[in-house]
Amino acid sequence: MEPSLDLSPIRSFLSEIAPQGRSALLPALHAAQDFYGYIPEPVALEIAQALQIPAADVFGVIEFYAMFHTHPVGKVIIHVCNDPACALAGADTVFKQLSRRAEYALETGEPISVTVEQSPCLGLCDHAPALLVQNFPATSAPEITWQELTTKTGRRPQTHVDGDLRLLTARCGKGHTTTLKAYQASGGYSALRKALTMTPEALIEEIKASGLVGRGGAAFPTGLKWESAARAEGTPKYVVCNADEAEPGTFKDRVLMEDDPHQVLEGMIIAAYAIGANKGYFYIRGEYLHAYHTISHALEEARTAGLLGSQILGSNFSFDIEIRRGAGAYVCGEETALFESIEGKRGFPRIKPPFPTTHGLFGKPTVINNVETLANVPLIIQWGAKEYRKLGTEKSPGPKLFCLSGDVQRPGLYEVPFGVSLRHLIFELGGGMRGESPFQAALVGGAAGTFATPEHLDTPLSFEGLRAAGLTLGSGVITVFDAQRDLRDVLYRLARFFADESCGKCYPCQIGTQRQYEIMERILNGQTRPGDAERLQDVGWTMTDASLCGLGQTAASAILSALKYWPHLFQPVSS
Amino acid sequence: MNHPLVSLTIDGIAVQAAPGSTILKAAQQAGIEIPTICYHDHCTANGLCRICVVEVSGARTLVPACVATVQDGMIIHTQSERVRRSRRTILEMLYSSVDLSEAPEIETLALVYGADSQRFPGAQRREPPLIDDNPMYIRDYAKCILCWRCVQVCAEDAQYTYALNFSGRGFETQISTFYHHPMPETTCVFCGQCVGVCPTGALKPKREWLLEKGYTPEAIMGLTRNERRGKKRREGLSH
Amino acid sequence: MIQPERVVSTVCPFCGVGCNLELHVRDGFIYKATSSFNSVVNHGNLCVKGRFGHDFIYHPQRVTVPLIRKKPQRPGDRTQAFDLSEWREISWDEALDYVADRLVDIYQREGPHAMAVYCCAKATNEDNYLLQKMYRALFRTNNVDHCTRLCHAASVVALQMAIGSAAMSNTAAEVIENDVFILTGSNPTENHPIIALQMKAAVRKHGAKLIVVDPRRIEMVDYATLYLPIKPGTDVPVFSAMAHVILKEGLYNRQFVEERTENFEAFATSMEKFTPEYAESISGVDRNLIIQAARLYATAKNAAIYWALGIPESSHGVANALSLINLALLTGHIGRRGTGLNPLRGQNNVQGASDAGAMPWHYPGYQRVDIEENARRWEQAWNIEPGGLSRQLGLTTTEILSSVGPGGVRALYIMGENPMMSEPNLNHTRQKMQELEFLVAQDLFINESGAFADVFLPAASWAEKEGTFTNTDRRVQRVRQVIPPRGQSRPDWEIICDLAKRIEKRLGRPTTAYWDYRHPSEILEEMGRYVPEYAGVTYERLEREGGLQTPVWDKQHPGTPFLFAETFPRGRGKFHPLDYTPNAEMPDDDYPFVLSTGRVLEHWHGGTLTRHSWLDDLFPEPLVDIHPDDAARLGIQNGDAVRVTSRRASIVLRARVTPKTNPGVVFIPFHFHEAAANLLTHDIIDPQAKIPEYKAAVVRVSKARPEELGTRAEPQPRGRY
Repeated sequence: MEPSLDLSPIRSFLSEIAPQGRSALLPALHAAQDFYGYIPEPVALEIAQALQIPAADVFGVIEFYAMFHTHPVGKVIIHVCNDPACALAGADTVFKQLSRRAEYALETGEPISVTVEQSPCLGLCDHAPALLVQNFPATSAPEITWQELTTKTGRRPQTHVDGDLRLLTARCGKGHTTTLKAYQASGGYSALRKALTMTPEALIEEIKASGLVGRGGAAFPTGLKWESAARAEGTPKYVVCNADEAEPGTFKDRVLMEDDPHQVLEGMIIAAYAIGANKGYFYIRGEYLHAYHTISHALEEARTAGLLGSQILGSNFSFDIEIRRGAGAYVCGEETALFESIEGKRGFPRIKPPFPTTHGLFGKPTVINNVETLANVPLIIQWGAKEYRKLGTEKSPGPKLFCLSGDVQRPGLYEVPFGVSLRHLIFELGGGMRGESPFQAALVGGAAGTFATPEHLDTPLSFEGLRAAGLTLGSGVITVFDAQRDLRDVLYRLARFFADESCGKCYPCQIGTQRQYEIMERILNGQTRPGDAERLQDVGWTMTDASLCGLGQTAASAILSALKYWPHLFQPVSS
Repeated sequence: MNHPLVSLTIDGIAVQAAPGSTILKAAQQAGIEIPTICYHDHCTANGLCRICVVEVSGARTLVPACVATVQDGMIIHTQSERVRRSRRTILEMLYSSVDLSEAPEIETLALVYGADSQRFPGAQRREPPLIDDNPMYIRDYAKCILCWRCVQVCAEDAQYTYALNFSGRGFETQISTFYHHPMPETTCVFCGQCVGVCPTGALKPKREWLLEKGYTPEAIMGLTRNERRGKKRREGLSH
Repeated sequence: MIQPERVVSTVCPFCGVGCNLELHVRDGFIYKATSSFNSVVNHGNLCVKGRFGHDFIYHPQRVTVPLIRKKPQRPGDRTQAFDLSEWREISWDEALDYVADRLVDIYQREGPHAMAVYCCAKATNEDNYLLQKMYRALFRTNNVDHCTRLCHAASVVALQMAIGSAAMSNTAAEVIENDVFILTGSNPTENHPIIALQMKAAVRKHGAKLIVVDPRRIEMVDYATLYLPIKPGTDVPVFSAMAHVILKEGLYNRQFVEERTENFEAFATSMEKFTPEYAESISGVDRNLIIQAARLYATAKNAAIYWALGIPESSHGVANALSLINLALLTGHIGRRGTGLNPLRGQNNVQGASDAGAMPWHYPGYQRVDIEENARRWEQAWNIEPGGLSRQLGLTTTEILSSVGPGGVRALYIMGENPMMSEPNLNHTRQKMQELEFLVAQDLFINESGAFADVFLPAASWAEKEGTFTNTDRRVQRVRQVIPPRGQSRPDWEIICDLAKRIEKRLGRPTTAYWDYRHPSEILEEMGRYVPEYAGVTYERLEREGGLQTPVWDKQHPGTPFLFAETFPRGRGKFHPLDYTPNAEMPDDDYPFVLSTGRVLEHWHGGTLTRHSWLDDLFPEPLVDIHPDDAARLGIQNGDAVRVTSRRASIVLRARVTPKTNPGVVFIPFHFHEAAANLLTHDIIDPQAKIPEYKAAVVRVSKARPEELGTRAEPQPRGRY
């Protein structure tokens, strides 16, 4: 403990947010981490007292989130992604080099203190190997200089955006954030104006008729969700935008937020109007500091323009949005864990039922939608459901964003109508394989997804098409591996990811992710034990069947699919 | 309060239960025992251990009987192959992680489900040193299965004292005080509610622990104040 | 892993909550306490004392052989002997013969008024019944009292005046059914920990609203909707101002007032002067808080009042309690589930000891000794010639000591109590103890009082005997023997029987009052024959049904969870007009602070048990709580040695600087002989209830030197404060 610790910065911050009580805990901890470089005990106590939270609970929350530290860390924190797409691009080497350089800096007494940490997917898979410096992306890692790194010269990531369609991405990929003015000039917020002339019931009917389903991975019909929350008893009601994008391989929501934030906000305001919510929360992944700033700025613009606040656009409808940063916990993408996080708790998923539409944030009826889902809403209202349904397939209407990464020529964000083939995406839009080596497999749906093999290349990318092929769409991730890649390395990384990210609440996932990781580690090292395949099956199916939330239920998904296609990978080397 | 009863089938037996009752309670009424580990009548059920999972027709995943409520027309199997595999694997994983030597009920379950305590060779175990930091009870988290009962009775399930929470997450999760402070320096009031609900001997009255270590009652009562106070940090009682 | 040889169900020996315990035993050593989660009293929850505080049984300093003083003690130069070297071990026969000889000698020489006994709120119903029987039947005196005098005496008197009964009207666990409840003069998180849990749950889980009225900012304030920080002793104006508001705003329960009460008009008139402004000027409580509290309480569907010793321990304690009773009668918040007038009793068996007649004005069952019919009934019960029992009200605890001296009390028998810690103005107590001609102590340890004794009789602890306790909500529960008595110690009831027979023989009484009980169940049966409220309480039923809440009118009666559904024992509830009387001592320039005394969670009363337990490790030394503003003005830091001085004495102890006490109020727990709080308190008593004003002596506080501290204990860092 530092005797000279100056508590005044955190005190003045707390005096502003204290009325929010416990729900201000994550903002307070972020502030403390920023002020002090870690969260010293007296600061944690100060926060506990100001927000009236038991001290032990504050500690529990600090311990849960990877971005909070109870001990001093470097003034500059560099995160190096170590998930599959970045690993393919040599992230491990980058990490080792940076770590060595940081040690050297320490030994030689350079006036700089740097902590280099490995990190789960940073949502920069198209810039692999990816780095964050003080939570700002530092792309093209191998070329970046130490000087640049340690002076926090984060750059705005430039994601390659393309596709058969440019509806959701119409204003994306241009190297700058679409301002409110520009958004309105291209017809932005006309959907909100139109929506405000409709009854909430009619609005919900329109969304139901569009066939829109959630784009975060669970594919639940959005209209039904809204209807259920609208009808639920209890006030206030909330709309929450789930921008905790952390599925390895996914970066679509980041691009939407960084490049065209108002499209998402417009969808969120319409959702609030539909269910009768006056308050919304925009929960952004802690590592997405840039997106946090673009959304914050967009919220300011919207408030100034009367698009948020009381009596929006002269109507009787009032709504405002508070922004919240996550702090390094993949599980908070699970909707109920996200609520817990906003409420200032450890991100433990809740038992369902009850569902968020009746018992959501603060126990109140809540609609929680993914960024991309909300981005579809203005389009549906503008076009009408009938017109919208002309895109895509009968059962999977509308446009879809895919995050393509790995061993392809042109990794990036691609917008296509549902129903195009995997081959079209990889070989036509993505330019095919990067090198000479042919296509071996693609991980579809992210870490929680399953493998596609060459036989799957003509599978239509729609919910029904993928399901028929035994694949899942997930959040729209496609990570491609060429024939030279050792898939055991990929599986080992996925297993490590889940072991790191398990919240520890239910036993199957708490222990299962750890055991799965240990077994994959020895398989990767050529030390496979007899029975390991069976162990992976038992652990995997137990997690899939018996885990409490989606994280555990999908933590073995890729490994179980690999066990199906490539059982030989899991056999002991015969002596 | 004349709500019509809910009709369901458990293991082929027609069962009627009060609406809102859990599958666990409905099965108990019908004489069907569903195993539990983390569940305690006195504590809020959180569905942590998942040993009580059952197969409900039409459900994608298995369902935790301790929290899931009965619905009309439910068809439930409490001993299907899927259920038994999950239970057996969870038990095997528990054995691979912590010391269950003082959890006879779990040992019995292991026999029932044919769980192999050595199923996961080379697995990392949770073996933190025993914490003896106060004169009332010891904390041996090498025996802790993270049932959360202690945290809950320290909070709203009984005591509203909030001395306990967690450190770490995932497999590394542990029950902890604020910044690992010794218990007397926390809000702990030494009610021992936590000791009363601990199912595995991880929390234990100090005098019971001393008896186990071979002290005679006379030797125990002859300890000086400093000897029985324990250590500030995680060290055992020195002899 | 240790397997218990047996697990025995019994009741906790500490506070009045009456938690159910299961004691785990191996080789005669109780190594663990648990509690059944099905317990209706405590739902498996315990506090630190119940869970871990049973080790005093095995403490090396426990006395388990009868002792007699080596140096004969004479009135006036009686001394304290804590060291065993000043005592000689003797046989039980020797000890009891000696005690019988001396008591009979004094009785025959001086008469009944020279005899007095302190019964014990820690002992069983049976022990207490027998001890009062011995003194009433053999020594023909009503000088029988116990520490109830020092705790709820004023509540008891007020309740008897207003409604004719003197216990909690409702069950403690019913607190979760309150919509609103007032908590005043009670710090349940320290003193009734399990009831505190139920109160917290009532607020957090069942939507109850809590109003705390207290001069200290106790932990329950964190759970309160309204907190009224009153100056000590201003209860009557605050609660009467609430009544004023309720009357003025027409919020009172007209139907209840008409049908169930009397003396309303006189009462209402007397409330006119208690405007919120007037109450604010006296109590320091913002008038708006008083108005809000009045409205909240009056308009609730079900509301209850809980109080403890902050109300009765006052020179106007009866008036304080009446101000609460008036509120309940005015709003009709009594006689239903989830309502009531609930004095939280302190000791494990203070209710039972009172029920069993360990009081100077009442036979068992609150039967006045000055009513002929009652005396006749007990003369019959105890085979005594008509007119044999005394019809005179006996002396109360404080009066017993005051009257020690020539022509007054000469011989005192103390079972389990410790007046040398618990009486007010201890220097006076000491002087009176020294003047006794003969003193018997029956206890587990030689405490500050027992150290004055001529003979020490080693009693069995609660875990070494059979019996019953009656808890704060009138629940009679079984106390079971867990281990054999240590050494030669014997259960109190056995000692009393053995002694009584010897006394009876020496007195040459023609008939015997009967002392040949084979088991405590026979004692309770005898009591039940003459105490209608206990008529249906038998050991057999207690075994079968668990606890029974008195009154239990017959063997089929199920017991009474809440009282007064139809009527009050005195018929109509009686309103009492009130006036404000200041405390006997008010702060001035010389003594600017008001001293409040009380208990802490880890300790029990005079400390006889808990200071001989590992509990003492958690709270090893006396501390005076002082508000940070006051401390800053006096230059006192947390942990500094300070001197606290009253008009009677001065003690030195460490300061705990804490906002849990309000400015102008300091608090000292009375468990610590090293700095005994009751050296400072004064012995001015309530005129009706004879209870001392423990909660309001005036003192000054100044810095002291560490070497002046009476303790050598290392300060124990604790985070719970």
